[in-house]
Amino acid sequence: MSDNQNAGSAGGGSSRIRAYFDRLDWERIGLAVAAPVLAILFAALVTSVVLLISGKSPTLALSDIFSYDIHPDSTVAILNRATTYFLAGLAVALGFRMNLFNIGVEGQYRIGAFFGAYVAGVVSAPGPVKIILAILVGVLAGALWAGIAAVLKVTRGVNEVIASIMLNYIAINLIAYLLQTNTLGYQPPGSNNVSTKPLPADAMFFTIGTYGGQIWGFVIIAVVLGVGFHLLLSRTRFGFDLRTAGQSDGAAQASGVNVKRMILTALLLSGGLAGLAGIPELLQDAGSYNLTFPPGIGFTGIAIALLGRNNPIGIALGALMWGAFDRASNQLGFDGFQPEITLIIEGTIVISVVVAYELVRRYGLKRQQSRVGRELAAAAAQAAGSKNKEAAA
Amino acid sequence: MSTSSIVVKNDKQDGKRVGMRRSTVYFLIALALIGVSAVRALTSATDLTSSGQVAGTLALAVPIGMAGLGGLWSERSGVVNIGLEGMMILGTFFGAWGSWHWGAWAGVLTGILGGALGGLLHALVTVTFTVDHVVSGVAINLLALGSTQYLASQTFQKVVGSKQSPPLAALSSWNIPGVSPWLTKLEAHHWFFVSDVAGILGGFVTGLSVLTVLAAALMVGTYFLLWRTPFGLRLRSCGENPIAAESLGVNVYKYKYIAVVVSGALAGLGGVFMVMVSSNVYQDGQTGGRGFIGLAALIFGNWRVGGLSLGAMLFGYTDSLQLRGSDAVHALLLGVAVLLAAIAIRKALSKAYRQAVVYVVFAGVFWLWYGTTHEVAPALVNCSPYVITLVVLAFASQRLRMPKADGMPYRKGQGK
Repeated sequence: MSDNQNAGSAGGGSSRIRAYFDRLDWERIGLAVAAPVLAILFAALVTSVVLLISGKSPTLALSDIFSYDIHPDSTVAILNRATTYFLAGLAVALGFRMNLFNIGVEGQYRIGAFFGAYVAGVVSAPGPVKIILAILVGVLAGALWAGIAAVLKVTRGVNEVIASIMLNYIAINLIAYLLQTNTLGYQPPGSNNVSTKPLPADAMFFTIGTYGGQIWGFVIIAVVLGVGFHLLLSRTRFGFDLRTAGQSDGAAQASGVNVKRMILTALLLSGGLAGLAGIPELLQDAGSYNLTFPPGIGFTGIAIALLGRNNPIGIALGALMWGAFDRASNQLGFDGFQPEITLIIEGTIVISVVVAYELVRRYGLKRQQSRVGRELAAAAAQAAGSKNKEAAA
Repeated sequence: MSTSSIVVKNDKQDGKRVGMRRSTVYFLIALALIGVSAVRALTSATDLTSSGQVAGTLALAVPIGMAGLGGLWSERSGVVNIGLEGMMILGTFFGAWGSWHWGAWAGVLTGILGGALGGLLHALVTVTFTVDHVVSGVAINLLALGSTQYLASQTFQKVVGSKQSPPLAALSSWNIPGVSPWLTKLEAHHWFFVSDVAGILGGFVTGLSVLTVLAAALMVGTYFLLWRTPFGLRLRSCGENPIAAESLGVNVYKYKYIAVVVSGALAGLGGVFMVMVSSNVYQDGQTGGRGFIGLAALIFGNWRVGGLSLGAMLFGYTDSLQLRGSDAVHALLLGVAVLLAAIAIRKALSKAYRQAVVYVVFAGVFWLWYGTTHEVAPALVNCSPYVITLVVLAFASQRLRMPKADGMPYRKGQGK
């Protein structure tokens, strides 16, 4: 950082930019971008083969997806959908940064959305208070649900993956139980659907009107959280400790980090983000929690965190891509394709992206090794040469 | 055989671990039977030990058990398999598809092959590319769900009009002649203990599917193969210490591949069971997380065949009680209270007073629950396998021992 500033102050504006670009490690950036690009290309290949086998034109499908996704109303819908995915992706990524696999985002998201919706629904308060209440309760409920897995991990040594898989299913069944008319559910007169008590119109979050439709106000919250996530992890003591604890228990312990407390905090934060992931849907669209709330958000979050390398910008791109696929799958159905083809694309991308990262990592390591080897050999040759000269003299 | 003898020794050193004496096991089983009989007699919830309930338990336990057994193969070789659910889904689709085209037994085969294909993919990603096992498993679950939905829309939907397969041919099932009717008669008397045992035995011999028998045989066969042969010793050594195994000339990659592919095949068989025995059609989302319950059974069973089949039966039992919609689930609350009280007494006798108090409190909670309500909501009963697993993990995680190198990435020659 300081090198960069020195170089900048020495020259003019253009040389400052040049210095900045010189400092970038192009090889690393190239390798980092190569993996997702390779994975997406591979997924496109697999999908094309699948489409060809079932007698459909892959180019038509692709052009369909693109032309439909760049419609203004599509882009707005994609952006809105991506907001939810982005929050879920952040939740997973926070765990990954600490080497914790929070596979329980799915359950935390549902618990957060349900309790947020329920509390905001039954409390009699003005709209803005209900909004704040929904957000707070959602975050808290998600965090507490993750907290069960966290406490089991730090006190009893229970693997968080297994515990949170179990908690996912408990959450689903618990909500099914609570969402009945004789428990916490609410059935509007003349309707068969049971939901939580619907929120009034003034308890809905603001939207931004555009040519293509209403953009959710939560997009702004998501951006703020993305920036906050980056700053927290790369610019604070806490973030440093968290990443250290993720990379090496022993090293963290030796430098005075309380690893157990870090696990607890990281899982609570991750659960809180997961609990927040369901709130946009609630406060911007649905207005109540019901059984048609989108399932699988947590698992999509895992895929997106993997795709985006646990980096907020990468996660945002991944979330937008997922939103685009979701949007396109509606249209594909009208044009004679099976909408499920997008599920194959998504699944293939996830599996090929993890393989691609590994292959690229191995390739990078090999390149680095051979470069270091070459440099050492050159240095040795030079040393030998000068020694020979000395001997000759 | 040296490894297995070391394992046994460790068990003994740690005191009251997995290695219970055979007589103790029989004694506990008898005690459990008497306890259930007593609860049945007290609450007159006859379904607790009826043959129909036991047959239902078996039918529900087989898919869970097969998924768990698949997990056992994979994890004993050191590969964590979260993808069991996906492999099971592949089994349901390909089983239905094969059965629809070529008949029931071909369906069994294609279902197994479908699951094995998922296993092969998992092996390729985790063993060859050393990707994190859990990540690969999650990806396989996504991929299996998506591709079977797509395939169902390409095949069944064009014929039937929905993503459900046409009704499939049934596999044969049989009653053991002479024994079943006699046991049914005995069960109808509702005598304490005798009728209960007759009901339970009756459930095991009435309307037994071929696949259930096959599943039982696979359980026993797996035990002998993995714990009584050199092949099994080598496979397990890959899960305990792959570097040591490699130094002894074991081809670790080969064993891991075999184990994970077999794992997928077994999960696939569990899927086949669901489409051909539990029902006679394929539907989207038919597995309903049974692959994950199988994983739970595996952990509950401490990565052992006997333990995991016990876990599968337990989860199948609660599932069946709930599906049969009887008041027996409510009666079971009393059973749990009695069980907890018994444990409390045992803890108090061994002077672990603090634990005894905890158990007494929980026994009281269940007693109150039984006394103050008339039924248990089905959704809560559905939770029970997961809650039981969490409780077992929380209270017995020190006694559970997963294979030592389970989930660790391994590359050939890394120990040099």
